[in-house]
Amino acid sequence: MFTFDKVSKIYPNTSTALSEVSFKVKPKEFISFVGHSGAGKTTLLKMILAEEYPSAGEVLFENINIHKIRRDLIPEYRRRIGTIFQDFRLLPAKTAYENVAFAMEVAGKADDVIESDVPEVLELVGLADKMWNFPHQLSGGEQQRVAIARAIINQPDVLVADEPTGNLDPINTYDIVQILKKINDLGTTVILATHNKGVVDFLGRRVITMEKGRVLRDDLTGKYSL
Amino acid sequence: MSFTAVFVSAIALFIVGAVIIGNAFLAASLTEIKDKVDVNVYFLTTASEADILNLKKRLDSLPEIKSVEYVNREEALRRFVARNSGNSLLLQSLEELGENPLGATFNIKANEPGQYASIADFLDKGTKVTMDQSEPSIIDRVNYSDNKIVIERLKALLAGADKLGFAIGLTLIIMAALVTASTIRLAIYNFRQEISVMRLVGAGNNFIRGPFIISGTLYGLMGAILAGILLYPASFWVTVATATFFGGIDLTIYYVSNLGQIFMVLLLSGILLGMVSSYLAVRRYLSI
Repeated sequence: MFTFDKVSKIYPNTSTALSEVSFKVKPKEFISFVGHSGAGKTTLLKMILAEEYPSAGEVLFENINIHKIRRDLIPEYRRRIGTIFQDFRLLPAKTAYENVAFAMEVAGKADDVIESDVPEVLELVGLADKMWNFPHQLSGGEQQRVAIARAIINQPDVLVADEPTGNLDPINTYDIVQILKKINDLGTTVILATHNKGVVDFLGRRVITMEKGRVLRDDLTGKYSL
Repeated sequence: MSFTAVFVSAIALFIVGAVIIGNAFLAASLTEIKDKVDVNVYFLTTASEADILNLKKRLDSLPEIKSVEYVNREEALRRFVARNSGNSLLLQSLEELGENPLGATFNIKANEPGQYASIADFLDKGTKVTMDQSEPSIIDRVNYSDNKIVIERLKALLAGADKLGFAIGLTLIIMAALVTASTIRLAIYNFRQEISVMRLVGAGNNFIRGPFIISGTLYGLMGAILAGILLYPASFWVTVATATFFGGIDLTIYYVSNLGQIFMVLLLSGILLGMVSSYLAVRRYLSI
């Protein structure tokens, strides 16, 4: 699904974020990237989102070079990818329902589709009863679940999660990982960046270990080991 | 909602409207003055009424002349006082003078506009012929050529006002565009969170940019409406203030009767102003 071919990213101040990273992501895979802060995980995810461009090498998505997509077609590409972050990135002035509905409005979905789909997805992440709460009325775990609902509402092919459990306690972390697993089971590719050993060990799926911008190991049923 | 952007656009568009109306005003006064071309003969205060009436009889017999209006000294004074009834200083000094400083006048109208020059010419020569050579002429001056200068000056003024109005209008339009653009820039900054989320969920460029361009356009639109409203009392005020110089041209009536056209111009330029400046702001400050 994704092919990284000798991708390097060198920032102008000569710091190297990635150097000659190569790997492939298969459809419906659940793949985790682990490594210390600054190992290049986030840069890698940003390249998938077409927010960063490689200095060398290429990133293919279904045989299309992501970084050669015309600028005005990038939004269309991004709609095929759902994203969640450590800091949730919800709109504080909108309720959980509205935050999720917003993603559908942006994609130009019809009102009746929005009204039927949003409660369904919020139920999937276990937030049916807090649909009308604002982000500040929700716990961190609940906010992240709203973010997940928003990320998957448009049925993306891929879910990209950048440290989604970084701000959460162990119980909420477990819940979020369960939801990610469920989403993966329903057929969505999940790409997860984390430095939480427990999460990776619990999943027991493919793990790519990174260090200083290089791929250190690529294990099919990995454990977190650094 | 930014009042600053609306007001600055309103001021710029107000000037545009004022230039349009002002041009019409000057053009109207030009035709009015052209219509009013006549030959005024100013007699010396010492001229005897008998001589003046004698001249009038001779002039009346000329085929080129349509009418000769004789305004005697008392009538001239009365008209002068009436015209300057608001100017107490002038009236006071007139009173101080004790005697009537004004001479009698003829107001001569020709049958055709082209004949004025020859009538004026005749008066210059004719009076000398009728008068005894030793006697001084009873005519102080003939003002046909004065009007010619006024017409020329008015034409120059019209061209000058056109250029000046255009320059001021353009400067203010640019200022309004800059203010609108920086207002939009501020709005973009305030909405940066929403914008980043929009990008995150794959909003199209037009979906993100659209609201900012629409709000910029609305600023221009509201500015145009405000300018249109403000022009009404302004034209009324100018009419009142200039009534003593230019009787007869009522700017308010001109504005009201051409409201549709002027308003359309303001509206279109307002919309264009808002649209272009917000588009530039979005292009520059909203990275997609």
